[in-house]
Amino acid sequence: MSETHVLAEGATLNSFGHDPWWIIGLKALVVFVFLLLTVLITVWAERRIIGRMQLRPGPNRAGPFGILQALFDGIKGALKEDIVPRGVDKVVFFLAPILAAAPAMVSFSVIPWGGVVSIGGHKTPLQLADLPVAVLLPLAMASIGVYGFVLAGWSSMSPYALLGGLRSSAQVISYEIAMGLSFVAVFLFSGTLSTSEIVAAQAHGTAFKVAGMTLHTPSWYAVLLLPSFIIYIFTMMGESGRIPFDLPEGEGELVAGYHTEYSSLKFMMFYLAEYVNMTTLSALCTTLFLGGYRAPWPITWFWSGANSGWWPVLWFLIKIWMFTFFFIWLRAALPRVRYDQLMKLGWKVLIPVSLGWILFVSVVRALRNEHHDVGPIMIVAAIIVVLLLIASFLWERVSASEAQPEEAEAAAEQDPMAGGFPVPPLDAPHYHGVGNGRAPNSAEATRA
Amino acid sequence: MHGYYGTYLTVVVLFAIGAAIVGGAFLANRALRPHRPTPEKLTTYECGVDPVGEGWAQSYVRYYVFAYLYVVFAVDAVFLFPWATVFSAKGYGYVTLGEMFVFLAFIAAGLAYAWKKGVLGWV
Amino acid sequence: MTAADLVIVLLGVVAVGAGVLVVATRQLVHAALWLVVSFGALAGSYLVLTAEFVAWVQVLIYVGAVVVLLLFGIMLTRAPIGRSEDLDSGNRIVALVVAVATAGVLVTTLVRGFRSAYVPIKDRVGSGSSHTLGGSLFQTWVLPFEALSVLLLAALIGAIVLSRTDIGGAGPEPEEEEPEPRRRPAAPRGTVARRLGTARRRATPDDEDTIVLSRVDEEI
Repeated sequence: MSETHVLAEGATLNSFGHDPWWIIGLKALVVFVFLLLTVLITVWAERRIIGRMQLRPGPNRAGPFGILQALFDGIKGALKEDIVPRGVDKVVFFLAPILAAAPAMVSFSVIPWGGVVSIGGHKTPLQLADLPVAVLLPLAMASIGVYGFVLAGWSSMSPYALLGGLRSSAQVISYEIAMGLSFVAVFLFSGTLSTSEIVAAQAHGTAFKVAGMTLHTPSWYAVLLLPSFIIYIFTMMGESGRIPFDLPEGEGELVAGYHTEYSSLKFMMFYLAEYVNMTTLSALCTTLFLGGYRAPWPITWFWSGANSGWWPVLWFLIKIWMFTFFFIWLRAALPRVRYDQLMKLGWKVLIPVSLGWILFVSVVRALRNEHHDVGPIMIVAAIIVVLLLIASFLWERVSASEAQPEEAEAAAEQDPMAGGFPVPPLDAPHYHGVGNGRAPNSAEATRA
Repeated sequence: MHGYYGTYLTVVVLFAIGAAIVGGAFLANRALRPHRPTPEKLTTYECGVDPVGEGWAQSYVRYYVFAYLYVVFAVDAVFLFPWATVFSAKGYGYVTLGEMFVFLAFIAAGLAYAWKKGVLGWV
Repeated sequence: MTAADLVIVLLGVVAVGAGVLVVATRQLVHAALWLVVSFGALAGSYLVLTAEFVAWVQVLIYVGAVVVLLLFGIMLTRAPIGRSEDLDSGNRIVALVVAVATAGVLVTTLVRGFRSAYVPIKDRVGSGSSHTLGGSLFQTWVLPFEALSVLLLAALIGAIVLSRTDIGGAGPEPEEEEPEPRRRPAAPRGTVARRLGTARRRATPDDEDTIVLSRVDEEI
């Protein structure tokens, strides 16, 4: 595939701002319809896939394969009685679900979902808007989305909702930092914050020579900047508030978290927000790390037209659905983490690692710009990383073996009358289904 | 719909369409849903126990510290973005790299301090 | 008057109006929300002036971080729903005079300083990107940038010292704060006890709050 051909198909910043109004309206409408449809299909797919993973059929009655189930659930949910509890702050109570749902949708406007195509004789890029600072938009919108949680929690006038809202917002802001930092390495390589140009920058790897052979670095930043990609995947999970990081909705602890008091359409808005957010985060990841709408390399290798016309939309959808499946898979496979583990991961692992990674990438980049040989540095860095990993592993082992006897002691001397009420210890036999020493009584059961 | 303002106008159009859809949904919801409030329905949910007291709880100081850390690191990230875009251009290089190292060293010192003080852990 | 002028005037009215409402409203949390509106309008003004990067940073930092910090701060002390009657201060007149005087000084300085410095917005398009900003930041304004990191560090340490005197690794810990591993808290059991617990929780809302709720779950 020739260089000029690729440039002709891919959009850059200059491709924007030439559309007639009806194309803009059309594209905006398509974004909405696409997001709403994706939510419906995702909800259905999630239930089907999790059902399959748990050896049960999942919803299979409404329509072929039960595909209309999500739609009917949505309509039914939206037409339920809307209960606004006494004493809530009515305006804020109404505003919160909208603040949760709207930003995720607006974020999608900067996502490129295809190259330049021709609609009714007009050449137009398949992306609603591109800005020189486009990637800031999803970040800013995520920080506005925090208001949805914290205000829903506060205005509900319920301690569960308030705690859930605070938890949720603290989680989102903690992971947003690491998310922003994971982008920095991408910007270092692409030299721009515009989404369409980041996609264009991932079209080709840079060539370098090793022992007389010309090799290309991988073009996708997911390969080239693997640590950034992994950090982003973690933050994506944290931002979307899904299993394993769905603590805001820890139903045993906080009933349903910030949306405990919500019902009817307002609750559906929160539901919508979660799934739209999932799609937007997947799309952002696709754009920044997986080459956006461009065809993956084995396809471009034997089919030069893979990046032309409307085909990129297909690659884009495939990549997004891979992430969606990943979300669903995790939900079926993983338990929920504890809140202290969540915060520990966010602040003690993700942020320091991203800072260190940014420094490393920038040093390598600076040296390469000055035409130094980066080979030895890579080797030294790899050795340092391996040593650090070994050290942290040993440290964990040592501290774990120190902590263990203490914990065993504490378990042994646990007083069943602590607090003045006879209660079974947490690791009582009936928790594990053996012995059945003491069946949980009804008072315990109602505590849920 | 051209140029700089055109692009932002597009975002505004998206916002307007979104507002129209949401507004329409709420209107339809209002017209079609049942509305039969009873005193029991309008209490907040506390696992079957009648709510006692005011209904709001004061939160925990840790949330505030994390919000504070967020402000500091958000500022940090915001400075990293323009740095990352100009870094590989001509006329920058080691000096710019060193500047950012100094900046990050201060921020990292703050993070290390918070770590040592046990602020980063929960409970 | 172009459309851009009109928009910026409207945004200015919104920003100032919301700013007045911040101090005028009797509902504590609403004051923070009006501040969000004010900051948002300011971000809009930056956008109209083609300072894109600054505009989105305004949303990211001020709307997304600073006001969230304020909200957390309000909820740390108390965040009642509804009107608080004790929000008024006796210094109303003095505050008004100081505010008007500050605004007057700022406006006069800006008007006198930049009266003749007129740049058509058309020429400025594209100048608000991260490229130009990074260029001037890392070539001209390096020292303020580095000074900022010291400021951030100082503020961070100050906040930790002020808020974390009770808990923390370095300081001496009070005896009852010592975490006892695997020891269950004195959480109330049973329906009646739980009802008492609900009341108690409201009376002493602190970190036990979260723990009680989560422990209750672990038992089930």
